Amino acid sequence: MPRYGMVIDTRKCVGCQDCVIACKTENNIPEGYNRDWIVTEAKGKFPDIQLEIRTERCNHCSETPCVSCCPTGASHIQDVGGVVLVEHNMCIGCKACVEACPYDARFIHPDGYADKCTFCIHRVEKGQKPACVEVCPTYCMYFGDLDDPNSEVSKLLQSRKWHINLPDAGTQPNIFYLV
Amino acid sequence: MNALLEITTTRNNPHVDPSMAMWEWQIPVYLFLGGMVAGMMIIAGYFLFTGRHKESNCSCFFIPIVSVVLLSLGMFALFLDLAHKLYVWRLYTTFQFTSPMSWGAWILILVYPALIANILIKPTKWMTDKLPILLDYSKKMNEHPFLVKNIGIANMILGMMLGAYTGVLLSTLGSRPLWNTSLLWVLFLVSGLSAAAAFVHLFAKNKYESELLAKADNGFLVIELFVFVMIFLGLLSSARPHIEAAHLLLSGAYAPVFWVFVIGIGIIVPLIIQLLAVNHKVSHTAIAPILVIVGGLILRFVIVSAGQFSHWFNAHLH
Ligand code: SF4
Ligand code: SF4
Repeated sequence: MPRYGMVIDTRKCVGCQDCVIACKTENNIPEGYNRDWIVTEAKGKFPDIQLEIRTERCNHCSETPCVSCCPTGASHIQDVGGVVLVEHNMCIGCKACVEACPYDARFIHPDGYADKCTFCIHRVEKGQKPACVEVCPTYCMYFGDLDDPNSEVSKLLQSRKWHINLPDAGTQPNIFYLV
Repeated sequence: MNALLEITTTRNNPHVDPSMAMWEWQIPVYLFLGGMVAGMMIIAGYFLFTGRHKESNCSCFFIPIVSVVLLSLGMFALFLDLAHKLYVWRLYTTFQFTSPMSWGAWILILVYPALIANILIKPTKWMTDKLPILLDYSKKMNEHPFLVKNIGIANMILGMMLGAYTGVLLSTLGSRPLWNTSLLWVLFLVSGLSAAAAFVHLFAKNKYESELLAKADNGFLVIELFVFVMIFLGLLSSARPHIEAAHLLLSGAYAPVFWVFVIGIGIIVPLIIQLLAVNHKVSHTAIAPILVIVGGLILRFVIVSAGQFSHWFNAHLH
């Protein structure tokens, strides 16, 4: 059984927001809402500044507070790929999952249900890459099966240094950032 | 100047950014009303259990009626909060073991029959005027003291479950450090009991009960202070997000409302007034109970709002 994940090279990401626009177009995200976004972290003292730019989204965590708090089962982990999804017509819009995500990756869609990144599962099932990965002009994003040791993502994680977001929150995210 | 850390994000989702504010007034109102009803069920259940329903002016007769009204108002507030209202029935086609909200939905289903059973022990006159058959039920029930006792026990147990779940609901959301204390349910249960004791004290016709509840409320208020100390000790000896969460209330943005309204006006002042009253230094007035009730409501607002504001830090550069 695959476990889908992403590896994102922060050394390549320039924060161009192409992934943000691609997601909005592909998934019809209403104006003012984001399933993915750009974070810029700068640290130091002029002129000695370090910079990390990264594109963020739901981490499709392996430990999912957003799923365990859901009173209806609308938030669930899909069998194939371990992708975390929301079944719109089971969601009552109680917002518990939005509160439960330490990454604040969810929001309430204007139509009332909880919404977030789906890893473009509708594309992945057709053998395509998620829209954000497909569109990135610097090729900084990689999508694949983390359980397959021969996949591109697994090999990158073996050969490069990386971090995950909020390791202390204990959610075991499946998006990794190469540094 | 030390090294600076600047983090910016392009995300700007409504009610999520710049800080989480998904839950507005409806949730604290519901948590407060649910907690107070929980306390009232425990009090009424205790009176039934100890056979006080034999007294004609026992508070256990009006408590369940008020409880049904307040709980329904609270549930209406909860309903108003739902963003996908047409699908609310989805709560009742499943039971999700790990979700306190799912537990709560089912607990609420059990609470109503327990309250109604309590009402039936001695229905009010306007009820029996409309539905004379209620008198028969009431008579039959009162022939079985064992049954009345068990209705009392059921009310106490369900009251405890209701009061506790309102705290567990928040404390399982580990993403919000302020809520991430397993004592939150104790705080909400005790605060609910305290508000309930104050409320019943305000309206009790029976002198003994009124005096008993004032004394009990003093106990609840002292325990509440103690639980606060424990919660802060826990948070302050934890990780940085938890320490900062504690400081939100102790010295940060929420400190004025926390110290003045929750601790001062909601606990200390009524505690002093009621201590004097039960020792017959001053007479009982409505002031202390009203302060306790208002303090309980503000407590829920502060915890819900500050809890959403508290968060983890996502920084990676060294
Ligand atoms: S990032 Fe948040 S919403 Fe996504 S799986 Fe993890 S906890 Fe759930
Ligand atoms: S908002 Fe929807 S998906 Fe999220 S916890 Fe509530 S019912 Fe589940």
